[in-house]
Amino acid sequence: MTIRALIIDDSSVMRKIVERSLRQAGIDLAPVLEAGNGAEALVVLQENKVDLILCDVNMPVMDGLEFIKQLPGVPNAKDVPVVMITTEGSESHVVQALSSGARGYIRKPFTPEQVREHVVPVLAGKS
Amino acid sequence: MNSHSAVQAANRNHENWTPLLEMAVREVFELMLGCQLTAPTEGEETTPDYTAMVGLAGQLCGLLSIRCHGKSAALMASKMLGVDLDKVGPEVSDALGEVCNMAAGNFKNKVAGLAEGCMLSPPTVVTGSDYTLHSLSDSPSIEVRLFFEGMLIVISLQINS
Repeated sequence: MTIRALIIDDSSVMRKIVERSLRQAGIDLAPVLEAGNGAEALVVLQENKVDLILCDVNMPVMDGLEFIKQLPGVPNAKDVPVVMITTEGSESHVVQALSSGARGYIRKPFTPEQVREHVVPVLAGKS
Repeated sequence: MNSHSAVQAANRNHENWTPLLEMAVREVFELMLGCQLTAPTEGEETTPDYTAMVGLAGQLCGLLSIRCHGKSAALMASKMLGVDLDKVGPEVSDALGEVCNMAAGNFKNKVAGLAEGCMLSPPTVVTGSDYTLHSLSDSPSIEVRLFFEGMLIVISLQINS
């Protein structure tokens, strides 16, 4: 199954790394959509349907946690699974992200194997 | 002594942090750039002209910086993007800033109590070598020097409190 992913990170380099890691993890990707923060992502999602969202936490304008809170208001995307990718590795950050609606949490730095471990179950609806 | 005080007391022994800082940086390069950093050897040391900085606030206040030559920063970007070195453009600062950000995050996650009690600033990257960084007097610092593909990188943690 080909997956349409939206990658949200204020670093363009990190967006490319996440995309490459998804491909290296064996996930069949359609051309990836990108956004530099949560607000940009909400605009992208108004015009595009995606299967998966990978989102940084700390970003300018609108951070990842605020983005997740606003996601249910986007008809195209309210049920799309979100996996957070961030340097913030504390337990409280993980709990906060998951309680806000994230379906997975990947800490930077990461390997493609770790991406696969977290993303595949989410795509399979097991998380 | 409450847990917050216990963490602060344990963290006063900053010398113990040097191997943690080195490990944190090595892991970032291994996992995200696919390369091993090596111990410095005798040889030419170029003047660093790229400096990435991430501030820390909370139970640890300070500044983590990574200094390197422009060639090193460009090679980091090349490896992170998976493109040839001559295809790397304005992403160099972004790449070095992300390396510093991940190093800071990975380091604080290795020190007891800091993962929860310390926040990171967005990275800032300075180019050029004609500057002096002034910090609070008597503030301790940790420095780790490693070679990345034969080029020196200097990782410093300035501890303000």
